[in-house]
Amino acid sequence: MAALSDQLLVIAIMSYVAAMVGHAAEYAFGQRSHVGRAAAPAAPVLVGAGGPSVVEPELPSSFDPPASPPDKARFAGWFAVAATVVAALVHLGALATRGLAAHRMPWGNMYEFVLSVTFVGIAAWLVVLSRKPTIRHLGLFVALAMVLLLGVAGMVLYVDVAPLVPALKSTWFVVHVSAAVLSSGIFLLGFVPAAMFLIRSGYDRGKRSFPYSLGARVPAADVLDRLTFRLHAFAFPIWTFGALIAGPIWAEAAWGRYWGWDPKEVWAFISWIVYAGYLHARATPSVKRTTATWIAVVGWLTMLMNLFGVNIFFTGLHSYGGL
Amino acid sequence: MTAIQERPPATPSRPNPALARLRNSWRQLTSMRTALILLFLLAIAAIPGSVLPQRGVNAQNVDGYYAEHPTLAPILDRLGAFDVFASPWFSAIYLLLFASLVGCIVPRLRDHYRALRMAPPAVPARLDRLPQHAVLAGGPDTDGLDVEGIAAVLRKRRWRVAVRDNTVSAEKGHLKETGNLLFHVALLAVLFSVAIGSWYGWHGNRLLVAGPDNAFCNTLQQYDESGLGARVHASDLPGFCLELTDFQAKFRQTGQPESFRATVRVDDGAPRAFSVNSPLRLDGANVYLLGHGYAPVIRYTDRYGRVQTTTAPFLSVDGMLTSEGVAAFPDANVDPKTGARDSKLQVAFEGLYLPTAPDTAPYTRSVFPAERSPALLLFAYRGNLGLDAGIPNSVYSLDQRQVASGRLARVGDGKLLRVGEKWTLDDGTTVEFLGTKQYATLSVRHDPGEKPVLASAAVGLLGLMLSLTGRRRRVFFRVTTGRSTLVEAGGLPRTDYAGFAEEFAQLVKDVEHRDSEGRADGRTV
Repeated sequence: MAALSDQLLVIAIMSYVAAMVGHAAEYAFGQRSHVGRAAAPAAPVLVGAGGPSVVEPELPSSFDPPASPPDKARFAGWFAVAATVVAALVHLGALATRGLAAHRMPWGNMYEFVLSVTFVGIAAWLVVLSRKPTIRHLGLFVALAMVLLLGVAGMVLYVDVAPLVPALKSTWFVVHVSAAVLSSGIFLLGFVPAAMFLIRSGYDRGKRSFPYSLGARVPAADVLDRLTFRLHAFAFPIWTFGALIAGPIWAEAAWGRYWGWDPKEVWAFISWIVYAGYLHARATPSVKRTTATWIAVVGWLTMLMNLFGVNIFFTGLHSYGGL
Repeated sequence: MTAIQERPPATPSRPNPALARLRNSWRQLTSMRTALILLFLLAIAAIPGSVLPQRGVNAQNVDGYYAEHPTLAPILDRLGAFDVFASPWFSAIYLLLFASLVGCIVPRLRDHYRALRMAPPAVPARLDRLPQHAVLAGGPDTDGLDVEGIAAVLRKRRWRVAVRDNTVSAEKGHLKETGNLLFHVALLAVLFSVAIGSWYGWHGNRLLVAGPDNAFCNTLQQYDESGLGARVHASDLPGFCLELTDFQAKFRQTGQPESFRATVRVDDGAPRAFSVNSPLRLDGANVYLLGHGYAPVIRYTDRYGRVQTTTAPFLSVDGMLTSEGVAAFPDANVDPKTGARDSKLQVAFEGLYLPTAPDTAPYTRSVFPAERSPALLLFAYRGNLGLDAGIPNSVYSLDQRQVASGRLARVGDGKLLRVGEKWTLDDGTTVEFLGTKQYATLSVRHDPGEKPVLASAAVGLLGLMLSLTGRRRRVFFRVTTGRSTLVEAGGLPRTDYAGFAEEFAQLVKDVEHRDSEGRADGRTV
């Protein structure tokens, strides 16, 4: 079962690579075609007008081949989405078999944690995509992030299946870690529209150098900004619950104190503060949207620090990473 | 923290400059800009708390840092870098932040209280200027529509409604601000509860060896390490005694621990078991299981034939519970006839305990954490142990200054002893390894702030969710009756709310059909 999980991970990574290639092809073909360029700015308007009113009831309906003249770029784009769906399913399979092999939730070490967080990220991405198919162009960056994170997980963080140490045997293991996984995954996904918003708004201000040149083909700035806010506003209470309420409840039972400034706790606190700063800045009209979004990017960096840095550089009570 | 800074108009009279400065400083402090900067400072100030060792987390690591960086460490220490979260600068940041918070939410509480009591505002003159606008022009659908009918439809959907002449104003979503204020007030409550906990809480850590001889009672002197809150006196500690009657550790074949279970007798009651993740909850204190290990029992027979036995807890150095420690016999070789003590003849043994010794040498590492093949490697020392100098010293290691100065010298080579084996030293004295006892490291704690902190945090989370999901919006209706009835409607979202157009359209449709039954609407916050 454990070997099956490892093989599924490889298949998942390959599928994400395929998705990445598909999205990249859409990018490349689209830039050459005049039609594509003209169509790109039109797409966001549809979203702006419809907003969530174009909620697609079922995910698969998004994958119907477009009725308009079958354009190579769009085909590549939808192929990429299909590959992402396959990859996500295989990814889920890798997680499930891993959990079955260990007879527990697959969150016992850093390898499994990263696998879970990335799965939440891709699932959230597919949900968002099913509601707003026009943001498909962001898929390139999502797939790229998946390939990188899963690659790091598989090559650097991998540990053999093992049962939990006594300290992790608690109901709160499920509550605390699932909330942390869920919110981390959504925060990590929230970085994609945040970064794209910064690129797009730079592009809109007339910048044409490298990162901003990508702005030509991403959705309109206000769509990205709203998506960024929604993802963060959704993840923030879950993070509050998982890291700052469920975590301390468990810590009280396991370590005798609900909060003790363990490195992981310090960085969870830092992330919380930074994301709280983002939500405040976003809600304040006098703060520029780009400034607010930069705060979200900083928040993402603190999440990465908490996910990787704390386990690698520091030792503390959360040292279950297996590194 | 007000979303929009509304400054009251300047008073025409020249204000007292000191007062003006004070007021300006207060406005500066309570502005969103300052609050954001303080939030960021708080985040940055917390970073050293994870990078540098902290006394509150692990005091030994701080000592280690001192040894590694002898010049830098004292400077950092003076800056409070080893106690970041208790340092004046960290406290200054969060106290300023909370002052800013108070300065922001107090006026908002007042405004919100007024808003809750106020009727929705009058209908604006030009409804077509609002983001949402609809006209129900004459015909059978609008005939008979009146303001009361419209108000009934709205009330059914839990809008706050005001009817004025031929107009209806309605408002919804005050829960957003209520939640927002609740969240911020809850943050203050968390801070206050944490303060209560640190004032009235206490803790003590103790290594407790199994057996009735080693029982201890809840007084400060009996703890290896302890801390009392500022408002707690040593005599306030509840009186109870604990005896470790049993300790069970289960391991997998790989040596990975599977479960730990300690059993203690509290006072003279029945034995009670507890484990990691399920502490022993006593009246006024909780007992947490932090760790465990082995305490070899060593018997020494000195030159005069006097027998002394000691149970010396050894500290584990790895996951297989290879353990190191010292068994000291400072009262060895005291002449029983004269009572004369020769301080050069004190004896101590440095030991390495292997619960499962490997089959062949070197016997330096245990290969399994349970006692499958226990062996004790002892090094004998004779001389002055340095215990009388009054200098605090670890009980788990020998005073290396005494060894370095030659006042304490190693006797012979090390010797590996199995349980029951005896080793005769060069002076004819003997040492015998009798076996081991289990010990558990316990933390006994009382924190009266815990429950208030949890309650405040839960309320804060509730407020946060209300604040993030709530949407404040207003709708207006104007009914014009002439030959036929004309109803004009307008909608104004007061917060970012993408679904407002749909809700407005649905509401207008319901009004048109006089659907005062209402329906469960997911968005009615």
